[in-house]
Amino acid sequence: MSQAVSGRSTALARVQAFFRRHPRIARVLDRLARPIEIAGKKPIFGCQMCGQCTLHETGLTCPMGCPKTLRNGPCGGVRMNGHCEVIPEMMCVWVKAERRSRWLPWRGAILRIQPALDWSLRGSSAWMNLLSGRVGKGAP
Amino acid sequence: MSRSAKGASRLQEALATGRRVLTCEIGTGDGADPEDLRRRARLVRDHVDAVNVPDNTAGVVHMSAVAAAAILAQEGLDPVMHVSCRDRNRLALQSDLLGAAALGVRNVLCLTGDHMIHGDHPQARPVFDLDSLQLLGLVSHMTRRGRYLSGRELKPPPDLFPGATENPFAPPYDFRPLRLAKKIEAGARFIQTQIVFNVERFAAFMARVRDLGLDRKVPILAGVVPLRSARAARYLRDHVPGVEVPEAVVLRMEQAGDQRVRREDEGIRICVEVIERIREIPGVAGLHLMPIRWEEAVAVICQRARLRPALAAPVPAAAAPIPGSHGTGRRDSQERSA
Repeated sequence: MSQAVSGRSTALARVQAFFRRHPRIARVLDRLARPIEIAGKKPIFGCQMCGQCTLHETGLTCPMGCPKTLRNGPCGGVRMNGHCEVIPEMMCVWVKAERRSRWLPWRGAILRIQPALDWSLRGSSAWMNLLSGRVGKGAP
Repeated sequence: MSRSAKGASRLQEALATGRRVLTCEIGTGDGADPEDLRRRARLVRDHVDAVNVPDNTAGVVHMSAVAAAAILAQEGLDPVMHVSCRDRNRLALQSDLLGAAALGVRNVLCLTGDHMIHGDHPQARPVFDLDSLQLLGLVSHMTRRGRYLSGRELKPPPDLFPGATENPFAPPYDFRPLRLAKKIEAGARFIQTQIVFNVERFAAFMARVRDLGLDRKVPILAGVVPLRSARAARYLRDHVPGVEVPEAVVLRMEQAGDQRVRREDEGIRICVEVIERIREIPGVAGLHLMPIRWEEAVAVICQRARLRPALAAPVPAAAAPIPGSHGTGRRDSQERSA
């Protein structure tokens, strides 16, 4: 899965190489980026700071709001009215995600298999993790 | 058993025959005595190709699926071990998969798992470290690449046959066939569906599945359940998320009354009717019976719906099982033990 991130462009690869050489700079920027990221994504998307953002591939709906933190689609327990099996008053995150993804030009992205979460990135900046190439390690 | 079994599992062989495959789920029990499990297994073993062993279904604790599957494997049955992501992180999942393979378990059904909020320990901490797709990927990774998720080598790797579930009866309905495609891409090699009562919706789901060509990629087994009482029907409808029980079915069970023979007979009749209608849907490779702790019903359903395991010896038309006779069952058991 790492090639999906690192092989996207040479520019990104160059940035990632830079941060690999200078992990201290990456750490400082990560600290700085965190509050900005929370302020931007928490009120709108209910961001949980998983550190490996997939918002653009999940219909601009944060899958971490799912009580099972499912990142690959809805579980089989979605109620007939489209609500969550665990929190009956909440609309299923994936019902929302699927509906919204239809409006996106890149709607097929929701079909991509998301790798297992890297829990060691929890709380860190997803933007910096992308730029420093920390995302996507240790997944099948 | 000195090493993990190699080659195709019996389920795999049965699916390869092209005949309708029959699987069945049995309860793993609530005691430390394996005899209870063996007794349940004896009730179904001659009628099905493989036996599913649930992993704390609906968040209610029972005997471990690994242990139960291993006991069934010792008995000469082909278990389908359910693996749920609810209770174990990726370390525990990998070691359990490896351990199960060493004990002779080949088929694993990869599930996300019902949330414990509906079970008997709602206070427990949910794990969900992986989801069902990532678990399918993990099983394929261990089997095909022969490595742990970390990259460390497995010597020898387990030879597992991963399967998955899909629920055509939960929203978003349009997305379900696509999610099935995703599961196949992740490594699923057979599919067992959620309980079918609403055959129309299932037929619509299968039509889309055929459009996507998924039924030609992997065999799909439709899940069916015999209801035992109107209370069971209402419980499934109201308390088991993701199960759709139409009003007409509940009504029929209520009309059957409280007398045990009558309500059980009606439950089996509904089940057989559903099976007959599923048979007309193209692309369905077989059936998965979920008798919910009523294993005695399996023999009756198989007889009334004329269901036979795919690996059973073909019966000449003249010698087809006559309702009321028990001859075929005994013959099958002799072949199995041979």
